[in-house]
Amino acid sequence: MSTTSAALPNEGPWAVPSRGKIGMMSLIIAESAIFLIFVAAYIFYIGKSLDGPAPKQILAVPLFATICLLSSSITMHSAIDALRKGSSGVFNLLWILTLALGAIFIGATAREWHHLITVENFTIRTNLFGTTYYSLVGLYASHVIVGLILLTIVAIFGLAGKVRREHSERCEVIAMYWHFVDAVWVVVFTVVYIVGR
Amino acid sequence: MASESIALEVHKGPLQVVYEWLGTADHKKIGLMYIVYALLFLVIVGIEAILMRIQLAHAESTFLSPQVFNKLFTLHGTTGVFFVAMPILFGFGNYLVPLMVGARDMAFPRLNAFSFWMTSFGGIFLYASVLGGAGISQIGNAPDFGWFAYAPLTSPAFSPGHAADFWNISILLAGVGSIGAAVNMVATVISMRCPGMTMSRMPLFAWMNLVMGGLILVTISPLTAAQLMLLGDRFLGSHFFDVAAGGAPIMWIHFFWIFGHPEVYVLIIPCFGFVSEIVPVFARKAMFGYPAMVAASVGIGFVSLGVWAHHMFTVGLPSYGNAFFVLTTMLVAVPTGIKIFNWLATLWGGKIRFATPMLFCAGFLFQFLIAGLTGVMLATAPFDWQLSASYFVVAHFHYVIVGGILFTIFAAFYYWYPKMTGRMLSETLGKWHFWVFVIGFHMTFDVMHIPGLTGMPRRVYTYAADRGWQTWNEISSIGAIFQTIGILIFVYNVVASFVAGKVAGDDPWDAWTLEWATTSPPPEYNFASIPAVHSRRPLWDIKHPDDPDWKYE
Repeated sequence: MSTTSAALPNEGPWAVPSRGKIGMMSLIIAESAIFLIFVAAYIFYIGKSLDGPAPKQILAVPLFATICLLSSSITMHSAIDALRKGSSGVFNLLWILTLALGAIFIGATAREWHHLITVENFTIRTNLFGTTYYSLVGLYASHVIVGLILLTIVAIFGLAGKVRREHSERCEVIAMYWHFVDAVWVVVFTVVYIVGR
Repeated sequence: MASESIALEVHKGPLQVVYEWLGTADHKKIGLMYIVYALLFLVIVGIEAILMRIQLAHAESTFLSPQVFNKLFTLHGTTGVFFVAMPILFGFGNYLVPLMVGARDMAFPRLNAFSFWMTSFGGIFLYASVLGGAGISQIGNAPDFGWFAYAPLTSPAFSPGHAADFWNISILLAGVGSIGAAVNMVATVISMRCPGMTMSRMPLFAWMNLVMGGLILVTISPLTAAQLMLLGDRFLGSHFFDVAAGGAPIMWIHFFWIFGHPEVYVLIIPCFGFVSEIVPVFARKAMFGYPAMVAASVGIGFVSLGVWAHHMFTVGLPSYGNAFFVLTTMLVAVPTGIKIFNWLATLWGGKIRFATPMLFCAGFLFQFLIAGLTGVMLATAPFDWQLSASYFVVAHFHYVIVGGILFTIFAAFYYWYPKMTGRMLSETLGKWHFWVFVIGFHMTFDVMHIPGLTGMPRRVYTYAADRGWQTWNEISSIGAIFQTIGILIFVYNVVASFVAGKVAGDDPWDAWTLEWATTSPPPEYNFASIPAVHSRRPLWDIKHPDDPDWKYE
């Protein structure tokens, strides 16, 4: 099928946004809405437990884990920068460092939960605090784990030498997801360990 | 000129055809599967409605037990929203939007397939609930707590057994499918447009799908969240809605309606898109006020996120809470009114052709307006205090859903069936369908407002004979018979025209958007070469090179 009259003024080069980035941004919007509801429930139920332990009594602020997780955004950003410049080796290093920092966070959360469950006898059914704490942090941790899976897949390809400069946009899409995960932690951390205590 | 498809005629065995459809990622096949799926469930929804109307036609009827009746209205509402309306709109959107924006497929074809199969499995899972339990004649283990599934009725204490889990999980799965479809649609509309198709040159149907997609992202997620909470309460012993532990059922109500209200705008906005495509073609006049239509639709999307508690006026929110939602609900009528005026302005001065698609759009314009008016009435909180959970509300929302959404879906069928199958639907049968259905629609739903106003509650399996509601209910039920006949005529038309309908050609309606610039049905790759557009009506520009639109836009 032909275009219209040849006498049409040139409208300039045609450019549309990357579908990967728009798709990931859309997913981030949807996930933000889910987290918003769980955060709303958390905030609504602060102080409303009828019995059982209160946050101040059993929650320890996970400062080290938080620093690790938030730093992972910096390493992730640097990894993408390196890949754009073509330094696959530096990219691999920084990417795996990001993965490690994320894994430390999950490990720390697992240790915290193990302590809460086995020592404090504190579970999702203990009281409203238990319900909202485990559901919000659990939903969050599951998103981190999905992120770690994505990072691992790319790390495997990266170590096999298959991730090069032309793949930087796809890695950026994953980076968007990881930065979103970090941003959600800022909110969850504030609500659970600062406001809620 | 239209492109020619070079198809290699290969004989395919039946098993090959099945594998092809099961494994396809082609947006046209997926679109058709969504539509066929939705039509099958539409028949089921209709049967549930007929059974209820038979029960309600006479006071103190014993045709159905209260338990069966409760399951019927729960299934009817749940199926209608999640397994008829959503899939059929995804179907039309997935089929048409890539063609309209000059693309070869959606942004993420495999995500498209995944979303379809998730949604379709959700529906099958919901109906698996009718097996077991009390047996299929008593509608088995089906959910019976109404489509909005209020806590604590759905708690383990008050809904033992698994009916609530069937409801919860089936919609959770469908919700995942919907979010996938929305992500795909947003990415397609933004990132897959052909050269020259700026956002302001896109067909309005593509715009509506963008707004619908964006709305789905923020509205289905709250429902998913609430359902995860219910899942936790029912399986893990969490206390989100557990009053004994200090939980608050009102959280479910808030979360559900934060989903539930924008959801109905999710449903109507693509229907606005159908009307905006069909009315100009049958008035032979370009759409009046394109920028206002876009702005109004985006405005409706945003305002609709702030009106949810008008479903909660009788729950006991403080007066300033109720007042806020009265105002926002009335506010949403403003951009909606702008759209109606623009459609009327498009018709004004046009050369109107009342073919079947236009008939159904005319029905929509009239009926959607009335539904909007009863909506504004209900938006007034004290009025709603009298009429909440009465048949007035049932009449209002069926007026929008059947009189608005279903009418435009019929219009879309008559308009795009030629493109999808290569054959025209019969105009004669189409007119019979329209007139029988519109008479039945008005008989059922106009009259239904009256028992509502005189106090008949909804979700009751029967009523006392001395309330004065029987005559109105009888008339409503007779109207349902007419609607059934209308739908049967439609089904016959769809099937018979598929084999023996008039061959359609590329552009039977003399329309202006890109889907009509390729064959009917389109080849798998849609266009021989990706088009470049210079105006909102690219096909008009091609057909009228001496007087192209880009001179005027």
